[in-house]
Amino acid sequence: MKQRKKLISILLVVLFTLLAMVVLLPLFAIFLASFRPSTEIFRKGLNLDVDLSIMSLDNYQYLFTGNEGYFQWFGNSLLLTVVQVTLTLVASAFVGYGFAMYQFKGKNLFFGCVLLVMMVPLEIIILPLFQLLMGIKATFGITLIDTYAGIILPFIAQAMPIFFFRQYMSGLPHDFVDAGRVDGCSEYGIFFRIMMPLAIPSFAAMGILVGMNSWNGFLWPLIVIRSQSKLTLPLGLASLLSPYGNNYSVLIAGSVMAIVPILVLFISFQRYFIEGMTAGGVKG
Amino acid sequence: MSVKNSTLPERGKAGGKANNLLHRFSYNQKLAPYVFITPFLITFLVFFLYPIFSTVVMSFQNILPNQVQFIGLQNYRNLNDPIFFKAISLNLRYTLVTLLVLIPLPMLLAVLLDSKLMRARNFYRSTLFIPALTSVVVAGTIFRLIFGEMPGSLVNQLVGLFGVKPVKWLKLADTSFAALITLATWRWMGVNLLYFLAGLQNIPAELYESAEIDGANAWHRLRSIIIPMLKPVTVYVITISIYGGMAMFTESFMMFSGNRSPNNIGLTIVGYLYRKAFEENNMGYGSAIGLVLLVIVMVVNVIQLHINGTLRKEKRK
Repeated sequence: MKQRKKLISILLVVLFTLLAMVVLLPLFAIFLASFRPSTEIFRKGLNLDVDLSIMSLDNYQYLFTGNEGYFQWFGNSLLLTVVQVTLTLVASAFVGYGFAMYQFKGKNLFFGCVLLVMMVPLEIIILPLFQLLMGIKATFGITLIDTYAGIILPFIAQAMPIFFFRQYMSGLPHDFVDAGRVDGCSEYGIFFRIMMPLAIPSFAAMGILVGMNSWNGFLWPLIVIRSQSKLTLPLGLASLLSPYGNNYSVLIAGSVMAIVPILVLFISFQRYFIEGMTAGGVKG
Repeated sequence: MSVKNSTLPERGKAGGKANNLLHRFSYNQKLAPYVFITPFLITFLVFFLYPIFSTVVMSFQNILPNQVQFIGLQNYRNLNDPIFFKAISLNLRYTLVTLLVLIPLPMLLAVLLDSKLMRARNFYRSTLFIPALTSVVVAGTIFRLIFGEMPGSLVNQLVGLFGVKPVKWLKLADTSFAALITLATWRWMGVNLLYFLAGLQNIPAELYESAEIDGANAWHRLRSIIIPMLKPVTVYVITISIYGGMAMFTESFMMFSGNRSPNNIGLTIVGYLYRKAFEENNMGYGSAIGLVLLVIVMVVNVIQLHINGTLRKEKRK
């Protein structure tokens, strides 16, 4: 019996090791490719061949010194992600707190609206949303097309984080609110000075969810952004994938450089990644 | 409150009044919840409800620069287009196959990973999750190149081992579909695995213990305890997979470098919407496409939730 258990244990580890290798294979392939001349990739395709005689750091050198705009895209995405995460977290926690801590008329109706937003695929809103931004420009003269404000503004108070923060804050002790009131704190002071700091642990998970969506966002930025100088990293990389393969050195080294920071963050904050990216399941 | 007010330093009369108003506002407990939910209400009205309403209106219109005319159901009649049906068919098949692959496989792996005999559980869990960190753009780039038509591409090398001649994977309907499924499996396996692992933690240990006393083997345990207990998670994963599958766009966009696959073999519903609305500037027709997608997703999910009994249970509550 003990022998059998040991055997199963070994088999399991072998199975998962093989699986892990298969899963990492594509990433390893692009990592290897980033050291090969791009013409070779274009001619032969992406594979795992290792030929040290043709491998070099040329692609990276070109990436770091070339004028392909790669670092501009990188910076744009970074800026966009930081602003989006900050605004969305504060706004969604604000709203989630309102749903968690108060009883008020219409509460169920309004919360039903939050659930409704989660049930409609974002892709359907994109067309009328674009028309709306055009309309805002025509009527009020406020330009939102081709701006980061246009990307961020419609998605500041997001349904999923609101839902999550409501769940989390419902679990915070209500006594703190009463204590705050007795001490003469305003309703908003209670939120900003007492309750929001208490909810900080839940910010990490949501920050990662919102941040990943923003960093990787494609369809909406594709429609809003027009200028070459304002492209985000995914938009910039996608623009390089032409049938002629003329920019493969930036595309491949750039793809690797796009994964690395997230991988580093993931290794350092695994728990929050896993919490954030599976939020909504199970408890929902 | 009046005590507090009297301790405030003396100010000009107008300033004091404004201060007082602000004070009353920020201490009003009846008003506060509405203020708290205001950011959502504004977003909901301006960036959700109004767009949905306007897209419904647009779907009955022909929208030209400086001129909008109502054309009744013409946009919907135009949907009777073989290319649109091709796109719907792709999304339906994609959704179905991803469900068939990405439910049982991660569930089984989660059960194995959760086994007491498994070592280094967290390491494998994290490793299998890594693909989910890559953006669809980067993942699409990698898979487009792996499924390249040159003999030297990874997949062609692989099938070459079995004596198969190099295949033009992304030029043919069936093989490009297989490539899309491979990409989806690679990116989502780890995420669904996490959902099921989380679900497994919620199964009380007593259930396993009493099953053991009853002499249940592994298969019985899986069938009578694990699968039924994982049902809420499974229904959730099915629901989000249907949304994701029916609205899939970026994967195809990257695989076929833009929205132009040969003979539309990779065209998706959202891809068709994008082409009509943004490339051909036909916003009315695009709206009709979007609304059809909305209806399909809603109908498929209501049917699915009905079969799984989730709606009924909620009603009883």
